[in-house]
Amino acid sequence: MTISREDVLRVADLAHLELTPEEIELYRGQLDEILAYVGKLEKLDVANVEPMAQVLFAAPGEDHPELRDDTLVACDIADAVLAQAPDAAKPFFRVPRVIER
Amino acid sequence: MSTAASWTISAVRDALRTKEISARELTKDFFARIQNRNRELNAFLALSIDRAYAQADRIDVMIAKGDVLPPLAGVPIAIKDVISTRGVVTTCGSKILETYVPPYDATAVERLETAGAVILGKTNCDEFAMGSSNENSAYGPVRNPVALDRVPGGSSGGSAAAVAAGLAVAALGTDTGGSIRQPGACCGVPGMMPTYGRVSRYGLIAFASSLDRIGPLTQNVTDAAVLMSVMAGHDPNDSTSAALPVPDYAAKLEQPLAGIRIGVPEDYFGEGLDPEVGEKVLAGIALLEKLGAKRIPLHMPHTDYAIATYYIVATAEASSNLARYDGVRYGLRVPSSSLREMYKKTRERGFGPEVKRRIMLGTYVLSAGYYDAYYLRAQKVRSLIARDFANAFQKVDAIITPTAPTPAFRLGERTADPLQMYLADIYTVTGSLAGIPGISVPCGKTKAGLPIGMQIFAPHFEEGRVLQLARAFEKADGFTI
Repeated sequence: MTISREDVLRVADLAHLELTPEEIELYRGQLDEILAYVGKLEKLDVANVEPMAQVLFAAPGEDHPELRDDTLVACDIADAVLAQAPDAAKPFFRVPRVIER
Repeated sequence: MSTAASWTISAVRDALRTKEISARELTKDFFARIQNRNRELNAFLALSIDRAYAQADRIDVMIAKGDVLPPLAGVPIAIKDVISTRGVVTTCGSKILETYVPPYDATAVERLETAGAVILGKTNCDEFAMGSSNENSAYGPVRNPVALDRVPGGSSGGSAAAVAAGLAVAALGTDTGGSIRQPGACCGVPGMMPTYGRVSRYGLIAFASSLDRIGPLTQNVTDAAVLMSVMAGHDPNDSTSAALPVPDYAAKLEQPLAGIRIGVPEDYFGEGLDPEVGEKVLAGIALLEKLGAKRIPLHMPHTDYAIATYYIVATAEASSNLARYDGVRYGLRVPSSSLREMYKKTRERGFGPEVKRRIMLGTYVLSAGYYDAYYLRAQKVRSLIARDFANAFQKVDAIITPTAPTPAFRLGERTADPLQMYLADIYTVTGSLAGIPGISVPCGKTKAGLPIGMQIFAPHFEEGRVLQLARAFEKADGFTI
């Protein structure tokens, strides 16, 4: 497996990262090395193994006491949340225009 | 006023009860200690002075009235900076959250404060808890108080250093792949990772949600038990927190070990283990045998695959969790004419190199065409690693290993090679993937005087057994304060 410059650019775009030319080259080499290492998992036969999607979960048929009822509760935090925003005009977060007319 | 370098919870309780010191004086004493040492150690990023004194004054009023004091009354505690604290800046060691002030407390913090704890401030850590040396903090590395040219471990390096230097009686850390246990080992203090779901993650700023856990770093094992009893238990705000009763961990701490079966996996004592570390941990196991434990050799066949599995699962979850930092709702924004460019520029400037590396890796393993080969396969191998532990716990009550392959290394020694840094997490990530509880307990020092940690694992929700073994060891080994 060899990671190309194009792979790095594609992944950076998916991840919303604008990398510098130095970073592109650095991460290309490092991702290449790390992915070569994690490739050792291919040695294992996992055809009949279930993925561990959840750490702890109730067995089928058991109750899920962790789950709470889906009921409305008051949530009066809009001001506190908007106070942290880089640019807000209550009750909105303001961002650059996304739709051109 | 006591001149003890390190206060314990029981020492604080006694001193307050006998009016040897007031909660306010004790708080002031700790802020003075921090003032003296922090320039050198860089363990604290922010102090919550007003909040601490307000709480200390509440405790002093209770003492004056002769009220029954809660279990942590007046105990000065530090909080890792990835854990939300209402009104106290919480940066996650990142520039992207440099000015972020959470509007609410993490459940763990709220429970500590309700139990009387005095929150001193926020401790330094690797950015978003990603690292094993604390060198990935945007606010500079922490120095190990035992040896200033060495790392304190990571990612909870500031918490471990603060406790080891006596700048806090206890501290909260978080552990995703070893981030409480390894810095505990490096700094010579106990560090506990509870079972996944035992302590609420509400307010813990997410790195890898299926692995992240909050736990204590303390002066001794007894204090860890007290903190665990206060923090553990179901929280309606975290649907992965377990709805199981919480035992009084301190009550069963001093029970004898007679008949406890301890498993020693050969896979943890092979290539890469520093001989001095191996020697001390084997001596520690021999001491547990002398105390009545029965040693049983184990083979855990998938140990060698744990690092690869961990760095796929953890980075995949991180790439998803960290998508929220886009300059819209909180934290840094780099203004731009288009929304997409704003996201990209904000994230490029706000994240440090290790965080970007992990976001890139996680995005890659989740991307179209690679999901099955990497992420799905890793989730399956995670099942095999969990099965290794389930099989082992048919035969043994606990498993003993080294915490880390080497003692604390020198600052800068490993920063150039991320893969080598990852590989050193080998003994801790296994238990992280399996979701079981574990502790690192101090287990002697190298000839050069560097602390060594011994790790104890037990089955899910058997924190009591982990603590009992750790306490018996600490007491017999003479590390008790």
